[in-house]
Amino acid sequence: MSTFPDLTSGHRPVGVVSFAQYDNVRREGDHNEVEMLMPVVAEVFANVGITKDDVGFICSGSTDYLVGGPFSFVTALDAVGVWPPRAESHVEMDGAWALYEAWVLLQEGEIDAALVYCFGRSSPGDLTEIMAVQLDPYYMAPLWPDPTSLAALQAQSMIDAGMATEADFAAVASRARRSALANPKAQVAYDRSPEELLREDYEVAPLRRHALPPLTDGCAAVVLAAGDRAYELCERPAFITGIDHRIETHALGARDLTHSPSTELAGRKAGVDKKKVDVAELHAPFAHQELILVDALGLADDVELCPSGGALAANPMMSAGLIRIGEAAKVIWSGQADRAVAHATSGPCLQQNLVCVLEGV
Amino acid sequence: MSERCAVIGIGQTVAKAKREDVSIAGLVREAAVMALEDAGLTFADIDAVVLGKAPDMFEGVMMPELYLAAALGAVGKPMFRVHTAGSVGGSTAIVAAHLVAAGIHDRVLTVAFEKQSDSDAMWALSVPQPFSTPLLAGAGGYFAPIIRAYMHRSGAPRDTGMKVAVKDRLQALNNPFAHLHLPDIDLKMVEDSIMLWDPLHYLEACPSSDGAAAMVIGSERAVAQAESDTGKRPAWIHGMAMRSEPTMFAGRDQVNPQAGRDCAADLYRQAGISDPRADFDMAEIYVPFSWYEPMWLENLGFCAEGDGWKLTEEGATSMLTGGDIPWNCSGGVLSSNPIGASGMLRFLETALQVRGLAGAHQVPDARRALGQAYGGGSQFFAMWVVGVDKP
Repeated sequence: MSTFPDLTSGHRPVGVVSFAQYDNVRREGDHNEVEMLMPVVAEVFANVGITKDDVGFICSGSTDYLVGGPFSFVTALDAVGVWPPRAESHVEMDGAWALYEAWVLLQEGEIDAALVYCFGRSSPGDLTEIMAVQLDPYYMAPLWPDPTSLAALQAQSMIDAGMATEADFAAVASRARRSALANPKAQVAYDRSPEELLREDYEVAPLRRHALPPLTDGCAAVVLAAGDRAYELCERPAFITGIDHRIETHALGARDLTHSPSTELAGRKAGVDKKKVDVAELHAPFAHQELILVDALGLADDVELCPSGGALAANPMMSAGLIRIGEAAKVIWSGQADRAVAHATSGPCLQQNLVCVLEGV
Repeated sequence: MSERCAVIGIGQTVAKAKREDVSIAGLVREAAVMALEDAGLTFADIDAVVLGKAPDMFEGVMMPELYLAAALGAVGKPMFRVHTAGSVGGSTAIVAAHLVAAGIHDRVLTVAFEKQSDSDAMWALSVPQPFSTPLLAGAGGYFAPIIRAYMHRSGAPRDTGMKVAVKDRLQALNNPFAHLHLPDIDLKMVEDSIMLWDPLHYLEACPSSDGAAAMVIGSERAVAQAESDTGKRPAWIHGMAMRSEPTMFAGRDQVNPQAGRDCAADLYRQAGISDPRADFDMAEIYVPFSWYEPMWLENLGFCAEGDGWKLTEEGATSMLTGGDIPWNCSGGVLSSNPIGASGMLRFLETALQVRGLAGAHQVPDARRALGQAYGGGSQFFAMWVVGVDKP
């Protein structure tokens, strides 16, 4: 008789049982998206000794604008090879939301396992231009604000509100890149003090180079399994005991950028505060955003933050969120943590946020 | 564990070539507010919003759900974005319904749209890609050779497609939301229109439309509330299924794709359908090019393989001539094609029919209906069955 964590919400126990990610690199010039995904999908299955025939649903996350063509998810599906035909779906969102869709389907009890994957290459285009097309098309996009400038507005609001200093941002970046030294998949890792980082020039004030995420090409995949199936595939599955996501308005001027009410609400709905949190993998592409997220989730001082180095170590678009869930699952599998929180974000200045609580038994 | 769920609110905009009177936000909100009013609800009653649309390049806005959160009342709520090519409107409704079926939410608003006039779909479909042969043909050019293969295989006469084009446009005259209203349409008018992609004449192709569709999917509890508040009956969801197959491989049957047949088989198992032609009272099927009616009649099991064109020729699919299995009473995709919303319009029209709210294009006593959408190079399928009876 398998034991499962306490699911007070009445949900079916669904666990993350396998995770794989590509080598996060600045520019993957030799392989296209399908070729990048193929070894990752093969690995995520091989880890737990199953094949595509063993999953009842496949869900992916990506966005056409990174590839520069329509239907970029269509050919990516060839990385799995859906023949005979499969139940499959796609979200134009980070893979963390694809995982959410798969988790919902697993709740209904018809299937016992699902594959989730996602991909994003920043190198084919210019992200500073591409991301502007994500904004309000009538009032914001025509001004072509780039994501770093928008994040800088957010960081400056924190400074103006007396909530943080540039030294606090440097401390986040210093710790994250030092943690990243132990992550073989990290793209940017170093051991440099906050004082040293503060000597860097501004990219967009008040953000210096260290506070920015790297530009990354990458992809990732996860296998979810429900109930006893989770234990058949994994000795200590990372069970999802709470998952929720919330969005805020697109109008930056209507938001208090120094806080993340959507993260706060998603965290509460996911039950973050019900028990002690050991580890948190937060998707904070810009260093100052980690401070906002820690506050929104009410994480205590003893929570280990982003042992992987987080999005500051590698930030593949549409994938860095799912990678946070994968990294959080790893610390559960290893027994290093009993309870971990993973977070994913989308949109400018943390507009949309997903929180996932993982527990081992 | 799966909870019963039903459509309790329906809204759609009038489809037009250019909706210059509204922004994208205005367009989706128009359909959403109509669906909420139909269900006797306001945005405050909604637990989550699920948005679908076809490629973002069709409007030039990347991940527009971020920009549309406020317009759709989603601030502080879960907002989800689906994109599965042309089947997306159907897939979006299915993703929304699963949120209720899984017991996560009681009332989910689902919206799909396309504002084709903001960009150029032909351009967006034909952006050059490294190491890929440029298509430069649009969807019609892609499907024409597959249609010719069907004609060759089935021995169908050359005018079957034209008959579908006339039938769907005549049925559209009874749908005030349809983009095309062509009261004078007849076979000669179709035949005299310019040949775009042999055998498809101009009038055998769907229009380019701006439009949006919306539904509220509710749990049993939400259904009971809506029924007592509005006096309108729900459209119970009896089954839903999605299937995908690879775009290209040697031996792929593009005329009668396995994914479509498998999707229908899964759906019919869930809904207890053994004889689709007898068991359904009507169907709304994704027919963007005329010949896809006989092709999908076969793929969906309404007749034996090779016989689809015979049903069309007999008038079996025409509600105007008293056919026994009317297809696309709304006028179908041939009469309105806001791409991302076109699949949802199929699903939505089946719900309208079993709720008895289809007005002039209502099939009398429609009790069970099939909605289908397909996308890409016909490798993506989404389908559902709705009915009057609680499953």
